[in-house]
Formats: sequence, structure tokens, C-alpha cells
Amino acid sequence: MNVDARIEFDATQYHVKDGGQGVVLDIKDLNLWYGTAQALYGVTMPIEKGLVTALIGPSGCGKSTLLRCINRMNDLIDGLKITGEMRLHGEDIYARGADVIALRKRMGMVFQKPNPFPMSIFENVIYPLRVDGVRDKALLEETVERALTGAALWNEVKDRLDQSALGLSGGQQQRLCIARAIAGDPEVLLMDEPCSALDPIATAKIEDLINDLVGQYTIVIVTHNMQQAARVSDNTAFMYLGRLIEYGDTEVMFQTPKTARTQDYVTGRFG
Amino acid sequence: MSAFMNPEQAVADRSAPTAQPRQRASDIRARGEPFTWALGGALGVGCLMIIGFLLMVFWNGVGTFVPKPIAVVTTTGGEITAGEATRTELYRPTPEVVAALSEAARQTIADRDGFAERTLYRIGNFDFYSEDFRWVSAFDVIDVKYPKDIVLVERTEWGPFIGHIESIAVDGEVIALDSVHDPRFAEAHAQARARWSQIQDIERHQIGAVNYRINQQRLTLRRIELKDGRDSQAYSETKRAADAETAELQSEYERLTEQAQALRQRNAGMTVTLEELGGREKTIGIDEIVRTYPANDLSSSEKISIYLSRWWEFLSDEPREANTEGGVMPAIFGTFAMTLLMVIAVAPFGVVTALYLREYATQGRLVAFVRISVNNLAGVPSIVYGVFGLGFFAYVLGGSIDQLFYPERLPNPTFGTGGLLWSALTLALLTVPVVIVATEEALSAVPRSMREGSLACGASKWQTIKYIVLPRALPGIMTGIILAMARGAGEVAPLMLVGVVKLAPELPVDGLFPYIHLERSFMHLGFHIYDVGFQSRNSEAGKPMVFVTTLLLIGLIFVMNISAIVVRNRLKKKFVGSQF
Repeated sequence: MNVDARIEFDATQYHVKDGGQGVVLDIKDLNLWYGTAQALYGVTMPIEKGLVTALIGPSGCGKSTLLRCINRMNDLIDGLKITGEMRLHGEDIYARGADVIALRKRMGMVFQKPNPFPMSIFENVIYPLRVDGVRDKALLEETVERALTGAALWNEVKDRLDQSALGLSGGQQQRLCIARAIAGDPEVLLMDEPCSALDPIATAKIEDLINDLVGQYTIVIVTHNMQQAARVSDNTAFMYLGRLIEYGDTEVMFQTPKTARTQDYVTGRFG
Repeated sequence: MSAFMNPEQAVADRSAPTAQPRQRASDIRARGEPFTWALGGALGVGCLMIIGFLLMVFWNGVGTFVPKPIAVVTTTGGEITAGEATRTELYRPTPEVVAALSEAARQTIADRDGFAERTLYRIGNFDFYSEDFRWVSAFDVIDVKYPKDIVLVERTEWGPFIGHIESIAVDGEVIALDSVHDPRFAEAHAQARARWSQIQDIERHQIGAVNYRINQQRLTLRRIELKDGRDSQAYSETKRAADAETAELQSEYERLTEQAQALRQRNAGMTVTLEELGGREKTIGIDEIVRTYPANDLSSSEKISIYLSRWWEFLSDEPREANTEGGVMPAIFGTFAMTLLMVIAVAPFGVVTALYLREYATQGRLVAFVRISVNNLAGVPSIVYGVFGLGFFAYVLGGSIDQLFYPERLPNPTFGTGGLLWSALTLALLTVPVVIVATEEALSAVPRSMREGSLACGASKWQTIKYIVLPRALPGIMTGIILAMARGAGEVAPLMLVGVVKLAPELPVDGLFPYIHLERSFMHLGFHIYDVGFQSRNSEAGKPMVFVTTLLLIGLIFVMNISAIVVRNRLKKKFVGSQF
């Protein structure tokens, strides 16, 4: 199962679906080390604006690491080293002196497990605005309604916005987290296996929601579930042992993959 | 045992009845039963000791105020002893004593391997007998009676009196009393006691307030003298004003003294003559009597009412008779105020320290060293903290405060000696490791997903701590504070150096500006126990008080802990009630 060191991805082999709105996030030759262990090898990957891009691959392939690089969540880890470039609308995320907090305000993130804060539903949704110091009540109320409607949760919770978010079901909590992520009007929405802790019905709801959000937001989603990638994404990137093996239009990828390893993975022969 | 027969054994028996059962499966060490027993046993022993201790304190404490019957014992020498039986024990009389006894008594002692029984009677009347307690050997006893007319008199001086009330005198008119139930006595007693409380109020509070204001005048003048000198304009002006004011206060003082004197005069005319069983008489003021009751002639409801009134006196009054009688209200107040102040000091300090250690400091050798040092602080003997508190807080800090802010009071120290504030700070220092360790635990228990969720929303680290981490860690922090409180409220040794006294004339909180006097020394229940039990004239007399005070201290700590636990559980429900 050792990856053949000679398999280097050839960028000309991209068959990426074009969203028509240009590239929002441009990753070039990104290498990453946790201490001395290298986790990402020369990842080059332009992400199209307004589309859903799925990251797939077996466990430990670096897809979550890559996702967490985008909003610099990995900064919390000691001994992290990164080379290469990552640009959000042409602006280098890892530039010296870049404002990490301002960067994170331009992105939203949804985690594997729902992580609502121990506050009311209302306070949860407006948290990104709260930390910005917004006090305008009308704006806050409007944001809550917009975000919760966007996350398909408004009808379920509109009568109990002041109750604790911890009283919601797992699926509702995850949709609340999505509402929180989109409340700050992010340019990119990052989702790290958002359905892995949910039951099939809640999963279906989240997937519907992702389909609704396409166009408004650029979404990057990490998933273990091949069918989910096929259902929700426009483009798919297949990663293996820290390398980007194939990146392109989801339909092409699942029907006629360009590399043998991708074929093995999407048909379930390994992974 | 058989109900817990291990399943492997059962399976082996069924499937292969002829095969040798596997030795390992039934090995008692493998099943770990002895260890389970050892663990349970250890817990049981611990519980037994704690419950035993609490029961002992509770039983003795609750029984202290029950009015006990008074036995009148006639002994072989014709001597009469009247008193409350406190306890009975076996002892070994000397051979000379045994030799002088009758045949039957010698036989009884011989049957008991040389031991004889004796009973300790609380005989009171210290002014006549110069002792509070007397042992009476069982072989000496001829007769024990419980006469209905014998009376126990609780006095403000000399301890209890046991005997009869002969007569009372009201303004020169002598009234002989047949019984203690005589309404004329009750009436006179109520009047005298009412006047007595009035005198107390005038002398303690009203004259105290006047004295305080006179002293304030003097201090104001002294301050100006120190600042501008004796020849300045300001000094002479203030002096004139102060003199006028002081003269006014002086006349007020005299008026109050006269008032008190008049009341005293009235009371001096009201006396009571008591007679002990030996026939000796003593005349005292009626207002010196706290409570009288015929110990052998009480109905149940009277007993209950005496019991409750004694408890009320204990909880609400000031101590008398060198703390062995009366109440402990100043000590309750002092303990409570000191503990509260300690929590106010220790909670923010400990939490802030732990926050920096856990959230901001780079986790390296230095932090590890600091952490070990903090943990070791918890093992330093508490008296060392007392010495430090006295040396640093009282002498260095307090001395500087006196120099800077209270120069007019020198050489009398204000903050430069032990007091409530320094005691609270010393105990805060003593308990801060507990809070730091508990807070660090609580902070590290906040799920990473919460922090990441907040950071991903664009919150800074400080905002994440403020909005997410701290609320979530609050129940754990409360646990630390509860532990610190329990430790601090029960600590005595360091307090003896930094501000606790046997008898504090004033409470740290009163009606005089600035109302809260953090520099004052105070009384403490823990020290009260030590003082009454081991420093008083007669430790036997103080023993019941020790138990009651212990019961009260445990009760106070219990109540404070329970309230903190209730708050913590509320917080827990609010902030941690999630499945993640």
C-alpha cells in the first residue's frame, strides 16, 4: 500500500468543473509537517468559487489537515511547519503578519461533532457578530432569521430562540452550527465531515442543505462517504497519504477516473 | 458468592464435563475478589470513622443544653453533695481507702478486680466550694435524693448556683419566697434584666459611639498637626471646632453615664438571697441571674423551653464567664466574615493564575516548575503561613499602610497588627493552591471542539476564554472554591497569629463609619474551641461547650458548602448539560 514515490500529480491533468466565477482559494505546492512527520506533499489545488468541492480519501490521507490549513486552525498545534502558498482572493493567508482572526471571520467552519456553545440558540447564531462587537438589535435579529432559514432550522426553533442550544437534537445542533458558520457571511464554508456523527435522516437534511447553499457560498467539504461526495459536490479531490492524486469534476471522477488508485478507491476496493 | 460464580467456569463445566476445569479461570487473584473486598473495606473503615466522629460530636453537642436533674447525695462522712451527674467511670481506689471500707464494699471491689465506681457531679457554687466538679465514689454513697424544691441558678458570674432561693429584696422590702414559681420573683427578675440590657446598650453602644466620635476629633486634629504643624492657621481653626465638638460630646457622654448610673442604682436595690444546701447564704443582684429553674420539677414543655432558650442564648449572645458560658455570636460572625472575605480574595487570584498557567504560558520547564511549587505550597504547615502573614501582611504591609494613611494614630497600630483582612489574606494564600489546581483541571476539561468552534467564528483567544471556556469551566472552579472554603473555615493555627482573639470587644461590622472594619481583630469558632477546651479555668466545665461549638462550626461549614454546591449544580446544568 506504499504510495509510489514517482506518482506525482500532473496539474495539466485537472478536469475541474468551472464555476464561471473564477478561483476563490488558490493552493500552490503546499507542504506541511507535524514536527518531523510530513503530512502534506506539494498539494496544488485551485478551488472554484460558488461550487462545492469535496475532499475524499482514506483515513490519515491529510484531507482534514488540508481543510484546517485553510482557516489556519492548525496554528494551535505545536511544531507545525508549512511551506508553499495559499491565497484567498489572491491574498496570502500565510503571509508574515497576516491577521488570523480577520481571516477566520471571512470563513465559516462546521466540525465533525456538533459543537453548539452552552448558550441560547439566539446567542449561538450571533456569536460571530457578538465577537465583532455588534450591538444593533435589529441587525442581530435579522441575522438570526437569515442564518437559521439558510440552515433550514428556522421553522423548528423560531419559538424557542432563547432556550439553551444544548437541548436540540444532534441533527438540529449540527444545522445550528451551520447557521452559526453562515451568520458571518463567509466567503468560504469549510465542513469537516459534518455528518459523521449523525443518523441517516439528519444526514439527508444536511445534504439537502448543502445543495441549497450552493451558489451562495463556496463550500469545501471533507467526507468519508463516497456517495455523499457524489451527491453533493461539483468537484472532488482524491487524496492519498498526503498527496493529491486526482482532482476534477465529480461526475468524471466517479465514472471514469484518470488514475488506477482513484478507481480502486471510488469503487471501494480499498479505503 | 455463588451468585457471582464466574461464567467461564460454568461454560467449561457444561461443554466438557470430563475435562479438567481450567485452573486460571477460577484463580481468585485473577477475579480480583480480595481486592474488591479490600477496596470496599477501606471505604467502610473511612465511612465508619467519619460517621462515628460526627455522631459523637452531634450527640454530645445536642445534649449539652438539656436541663439535667440535680441529685442530692449523702455520703458516709455525712457530707452532702448536690449536683448534676455528668459521667460515671471505674477507678482503682488506693489500698488504704479500701482497707477502711465495710466487708460488703470490699467484696464488691474485689469482685471487680480492684475497681470501684465513681460519679462526677457538677456542683456549681464555685464561690463557696472553690471547685466546679466533685467525684463521689459509689461505696461512699448512703442516699441519693432528687428533692423537688432544689433550684439551679445560672449567674453572670461564678458559674451556676445550686440550692434554694431564700428571699428577694425590692427597694428595701424583703419578700420571703416559698417557691421558685412565685410570680413576684419572675416579675422582679424581668424588670431587672430589662434594665440590665438597657445599661448594656448604653455602655456598649451609645457611649461607644460617643467615644468613637471624640476619638475621631482627636485624630483629625492630630492629622492636621502632623501635616501643617501646631502653629498653622488650619490647626488652630480645627482645634477650636474640635474643642467645641468635644465639649458637646463630653456632656453627651456624661448624660449617658448618669442615665446608666441611675439604672444601676435601681437594680442595686433589687437583690436575691440564695442558700446552698450547707446553709451558707449569698446575696446577689437579681440582674446577675440569667435563668432559674427547679431542675427536678420540670414538665416536658418547660424542659423544651429551657433547652431552646439556651440554644438561642448560645447562638445570639456574647460569651461570658471566660467564654465557657453564654453565646458565641461574635465567633459565628467572625468565622463567617473571615471565610467570605477569604473566598473573595482567593477566587479571582487563583482563577487568574490558573488561566495564565493553562491558557497563555508556554508549557515548558518554567511552567512545570511553577506548577510543582504551587502543589508543594499546599503541603506547607499552616502555622508557617501564620508567621508569614504576621511578618509580611501585618508588619510590612500593614505597617506601611499605617505610615501612609493613619499617621495620626501611631504609635497605636491600625493595620499594622493582626486583623480580619490579614487573616483572610493569609488563609487565601493557604488555600490558593487548591483553587489553582482545580481551575487548571476544569480548564483542561473544556472540550477542544468548543474552543475550535469559537476560534473558527473569528473570536480571539481572549474572547474564546471569556465567552466559552470560563463559563464552561465555572462548575469545576466552584468545586475548587468549595474545597478552599472548607479548608479555610476550619483552619485555626495561622489565625492565632494574624488576628483571632479570645474575646473581641467589637464586631468587624457595626453602625459606625466606615461600617466594615477590616483592621479589627475578631473571634473565630475554631479558636473558641481551643480556648474553651484547653485554656479555660476548668476544662471539665468547658467540655460541653467544646462539643456544641464544634457542632456549630461543622454546621456552618456544611451550610456554606451546601450553598456553594447548589450554585455549582445550577451552573453545571446551564453550561455543561450537553452530551458532547
